[in-house]
Amino acid sequence: MKIHEYQAKEVLARYGINVPSSRLASSAEEAGQATQDLGGKAVLKAQVHAGGRGQGGGIKVVNSPDEARPAAAAMLGSNLVTHQTGPEGAPVNHVLVEELADIDRELYLAITIDRDFRGPIMLASSAGGMDIEEVAATRPQDIYMEPLSPILGLMPFQTRRLTAKLGLTGPSAQSATRIMNALYKVFTELDCSLVEINPLIVTGQGELVALDAKLNLDDDSLFRHTDLQELRDPAQEDELEYRAGSLDIAYVKLDGDVGCLVNGAGLAMATLDVTTAAGAMPANFLDVGGGATIEKVASAVSIILSDRKVTRVLVNIFGGILRCDVAASGVVKAYREHGINLPLVVRLLGTNAEEGRTIFAESGLPVTFADNLNDIAAALGQTS
Amino acid sequence: MGILVDENSRILVQGITGREGGFHASACKAYGTNVVAGVTPGKGGQFFEDTVPIFNTVEEAVRETQANVALGFVPPPFAADAIAEAADAEIPLIICITEGVPVLDTVRISRYIENKPVRLIGPNCPGLITPGANCKIGIMPGSIHKTGRVGVVSRSGTLTYEAVGQLTNLGIGQSSCVGIGGDQVIGTNFVDVLKMFNDDPETDMVVFIGEIGGTMEQQAAEYIKKSFGKPLCALIVGSAAPAGKRMGHAGAIITGESARAESKVAALRDAGAVIIPTPADIGPTAKTVFDALH
Repeated sequence: MKIHEYQAKEVLARYGINVPSSRLASSAEEAGQATQDLGGKAVLKAQVHAGGRGQGGGIKVVNSPDEARPAAAAMLGSNLVTHQTGPEGAPVNHVLVEELADIDRELYLAITIDRDFRGPIMLASSAGGMDIEEVAATRPQDIYMEPLSPILGLMPFQTRRLTAKLGLTGPSAQSATRIMNALYKVFTELDCSLVEINPLIVTGQGELVALDAKLNLDDDSLFRHTDLQELRDPAQEDELEYRAGSLDIAYVKLDGDVGCLVNGAGLAMATLDVTTAAGAMPANFLDVGGGATIEKVASAVSIILSDRKVTRVLVNIFGGILRCDVAASGVVKAYREHGINLPLVVRLLGTNAEEGRTIFAESGLPVTFADNLNDIAAALGQTS
Repeated sequence: MGILVDENSRILVQGITGREGGFHASACKAYGTNVVAGVTPGKGGQFFEDTVPIFNTVEEAVRETQANVALGFVPPPFAADAIAEAADAEIPLIICITEGVPVLDTVRISRYIENKPVRLIGPNCPGLITPGANCKIGIMPGSIHKTGRVGVVSRSGTLTYEAVGQLTNLGIGQSSCVGIGGDQVIGTNFVDVLKMFNDDPETDMVVFIGEIGGTMEQQAAEYIKKSFGKPLCALIVGSAAPAGKRMGHAGAIITGESARAESKVAALRDAGAVIIPTPADIGPTAKTVFDALH
C-alpha cells in the first residue's frame, strides 16, 4: 500500500526525523494562506502516489501568496501525468505547501527488502535528488548498501561506515546516524516494504532534513496496523483495482479487450501470456482465489465487465478448492445481472468440470469451449 | 524415490481443525499420505476423522507419533509462530501453505531456522507431491499426477497443476513436484530443489516454471550452467505483465530489468535450458526432450 508524501513525512516526524515546515491545502485559498503563514515564499507539491512529479509540473516554487493561489488552482482537480502514472495521470486533491529549503547537499537514504539477502538492506547515496534506478544503472559505485540483520538490526559500525562514505563528519554525521536508526525503526515497526528519503538534504547550517519521503507498506501486514489502513487514498488507485482489492480479488487493469477470469496467480499470468501469444490483448489480470463462492466469482466478473473496453471474456479455471460448477454459476449469474451477451471462451479443468460445462451449455450464453491452452488461443482467434 | 519425501514420511498438520486444514488433511489422506497427527492449540485429545490424534503442541505430537513433516494451514497472523514451533521441535521438513504472511515475519523466521536441522518450503506454496510414494503433502489435486521420472519445480500453484496436467496427458509421469511459493522471501529456492533433483536417481529431467519478479531464476541459471547434469525445460510466465504491479503473488512484480520475463528467459537459455515458448507448450516441449532421453 502506498501513502502520500505528507503522510510519510508525518510518520517520519513522529520518529524524530526533521522535515520542513508545511501545510496541506485542498483549495487555492488555503494554499495562499499557507504560503503567507510560511513567510510568503513556498514550494507547492502535488500529492499523488507517483514519482517524477517535477517533470510533470507537480512541483512549483512560488514567491508570494498571490503566486501560490493560481499555481495551486492549476494543480488541484487536475490529473498529474508522470512517467510513473499511466497516460491518464493521477488526480491531485491536495497540495503540500512547504517552506523553501536551504540546500547544500542532496543525499539518498532508504530501506527495502532485498530478496537475495532475504532481509532488509539500507541504501545510501551521495547522489540524492535523482531517480535512484538511474543512479543504479549509470553509477552503481555511488550507491552504498548495508544488509541489516533481522536479529541485530542496524549496527553502529554500519552507520559509521555509511556516514563516512557519504562524507559526513561532526554534527552532520551524528544527525545522519540518528536518522538511519529512526528509519530502521519505522521500517520494522510499521512493516514497510520501502521507506525512502530522497533527497535527504544537508542545509547550509549542516542540518539534515527529509525533503521528500516515500513509504510503502507491506499489504500482508496491514491486519496488524489498523491505524495505517486509514492512510489509504482510494482516489489514487484504479477504481476497479480498488473494488477488487476490497473483495480480496487480485485484479490488475490492462489495455486490451479480452476480460480474463482465472484462479491462481501463476495460471492467471500464463493466461495473459497465451492470450498475447494468440495475437489478442488481455483487458486484465484476475486471480479469483482458491476458496471463491458463486457470489465472489460473480463480483469478479462484474469488475471485469465494468471495464468498457472488454468485448469478450475468457474463463480459465483449474478446479481444485474452487469447483468448476461454482465458477460457472458465478459467471452466468453476473452475465444475467448485467444483461449482457458478450462472447465467452471457457476452459474448465479439474473438480466438477463436467458440471460446470453443463451450466454454461444450458445458460444460452454464447460460449466457445476450449479443452486446453492451445484451444483457448484458437478460440480467441475466432471471437475477435 | 523422488525428493524430500518417501513412504516413511509421517505428516503432522498444523491447523487441522480449520476449514482449509481439515479439507486438505482429508484429501492428503485419501491420496495415501500418512497423516499421523494434527496440532491445534486447545483442541488436544480430540481426533480428526476419528483416526488422527490432535495435540496441543507440536512437541507433544512429535513425541507421540514421530511425525517428520509439518504441513501448515495456520492463518497469516500466526503462521510464523507455527513454523517456529515446528522448527523448535526439529521437524526436518516444514511446509507452509499459508498465503499472506507478512514478509518481515518470513525474514525473521528464515534467520531463526538457519542453524537448525530443518528445511522450510513456502510460505504461499501448494506443497509437494511424490506420486511414486503415494505421498501428497499440499493442496494440489492428486488425481492429475502420474508416477514417472520428470521433476517439476515452480513458484506457482495452479500453473504447476496446468504443467502436470499437460505432462500426464502426454503419458509423462513425475518423480516429485515441488511448489516453492510465490512470496518475495521463501524458505527453499529453485537452486535448493534443483540440487535435490540432480542427486535423485529417479529423476531424469526437470520442468522448471519461473515467473517475473526477483532474480531467483537467474541464480538457478547460474547453477544449471555450472553444475546441473540433467536436461531442463523452462517456462517463465508474466511476459505480458506491466511493470510495478503485483500480479497476485507478492513476489511477482517487475521492479527492474532483471525482474522481467525476457531477462530470465535469456539467462536460462544461456545456461542450456530448453525454453518452453508459451504456457500451452509445457507438455509437448517436455515430451520432445523426454523422448530423446529414452
